Amino acid sequence: MRYSALALLRGALSGHRNWPPAWRSPEPKPQYDVVIVGGGGHGLASAYYLAKNHGITNVAVLERGWLGGGNTGRNTTVVRSNYLYPESARLYDFSLRLYEGLARELNFNVMLSQRGHLMLAHSRHDLESMSRWANTMAMHGIDAQLLTREQVGAMVPALDLSAGARYPVLGAFMQPRAGTARHDAVAWGYARGADHLGVDIIQNCAVTGFVTDANGHVTGVDTSRGRIRTARVGIAAAGHSSVLAKLAGFRLPVTSYALQAMVTEPLKPRLDTVVISPGTGAYVSQSDKGEMVIGASLDLFPSYAQRGSFGVLQGVVAATLAMFPSFSRLRLMRQWAGIVDVVHDSSPIIGPTPVPGLYINCGWGTGGFKAIPVGGWTLAHVLATGRNHELAEAFQLERFVTGRLIDEAAASGIAH
Amino acid sequence: MMQLSCPWCGLRDETEFACGGTTHLERPPLAATDADWGHYLFFRDNPKGVHLERWRHAWGCGQWFNVARDTVTHDVLAVYRMGDPPPRLGA
Repeated sequence: MRYSALALLRGALSGHRNWPPAWRSPEPKPQYDVVIVGGGGHGLASAYYLAKNHGITNVAVLERGWLGGGNTGRNTTVVRSNYLYPESARLYDFSLRLYEGLARELNFNVMLSQRGHLMLAHSRHDLESMSRWANTMAMHGIDAQLLTREQVGAMVPALDLSAGARYPVLGAFMQPRAGTARHDAVAWGYARGADHLGVDIIQNCAVTGFVTDANGHVTGVDTSRGRIRTARVGIAAAGHSSVLAKLAGFRLPVTSYALQAMVTEPLKPRLDTVVISPGTGAYVSQSDKGEMVIGASLDLFPSYAQRGSFGVLQGVVAATLAMFPSFSRLRLMRQWAGIVDVVHDSSPIIGPTPVPGLYINCGWGTGGFKAIPVGGWTLAHVLATGRNHELAEAFQLERFVTGRLIDEAAASGIAH
Repeated sequence: MMQLSCPWCGLRDETEFACGGTTHLERPPLAATDADWGHYLFFRDNPKGVHLERWRHAWGCGQWFNVARDTVTHDVLAVYRMGDPPPRLGA
């Protein structure tokens, strides 16, 4: 059904007891045209765009756990496109533009809030590199602004700009169109949209192997719910990409790390933008519920444990309180970690793998949420046509052999 | 907090150490193909389970050593010196 004010009114008249489920939970069919492995944002968006853009609706999304239970539900919900190199600028800004129309496209409120994203400069060198960065973005046609210390103070009054501040703020670099979106809603909206177009979303279904023919071409996947035949498979499994690649018999230039985030108890509106301090490895925004959402830098050792280490937690809390001393009496309600797929140039991989018929979308590392629309769009394109999408052409696995890396370590926001 | 046992200094908190990634990587000869060189530089097993890795007691004695650690439970299964062969685990 279509969600609208009228539907809400009708729902209210019947005591909100008759809302249909947003998507079905079908039994897996024996055969699909395309199977997507991973029911997070990227996998669900891939299925949605396969059906919407390419008319391929005999598609299954296989999810080991529940929809959006991995990084899609664990990130800090920031969306932005402040990347340096032209390939990345095009890719991430396409994603942000899709986000700008996503609630209407999906008929699902993803609560996009373009509240701006401020990156603090703590030194003269930070200011210089940010002015290069902002000018490069302007050349790519993406909104970017440099702010003076006074402008930062006016915009973020909670920030400690006093003479005794532990990390002096000299200015900031801002993308006004950046902001936050509700992460669960993005997964659910794509799931509902894909389901309406005929895609089967199958949860609690782990992929345990890939089936290939004598030529090595994919012919199916083995799952915890039996074998499913298909000639085309897309993997969108973030931190578990290497595990799936191993099942298919190849390796990836990926290392999995835990990335932590945490929320405080809710409070009244105090911070109406996203503030990141790359120098101290912390960033903060306030959710619509009023919680301060705090993100950390990576726990810098390989991990598949979806929890962060206490050392990094201490560091990020200290850095946050140095920026915002008035938060010192807030209690943390929850702390968690997602397993992110970090590659050496902090740029994604979207395209074919060494196994014919098997395609992958991975390597987003610490910044996958903002890229869900474009990740889905471009993976769907290569699955449907067998050719890389123009936007994804530079982001191929082969760049780790040719050396044509796109090093976005700075734009990825937090320390690697 | 995870703790590691430095072979020289004993059991210390994780915050004193820096992880240097996968250990026992062998540098290919200079005549290696681009593919071999690329795989040496970038491609890793990235296992979910036991990982053999290098650590440095960066804020301690400064020495490198090897660790066998489970990447799911973070259990440290063995600590051994640089140059030592990989330990036989669970045998």
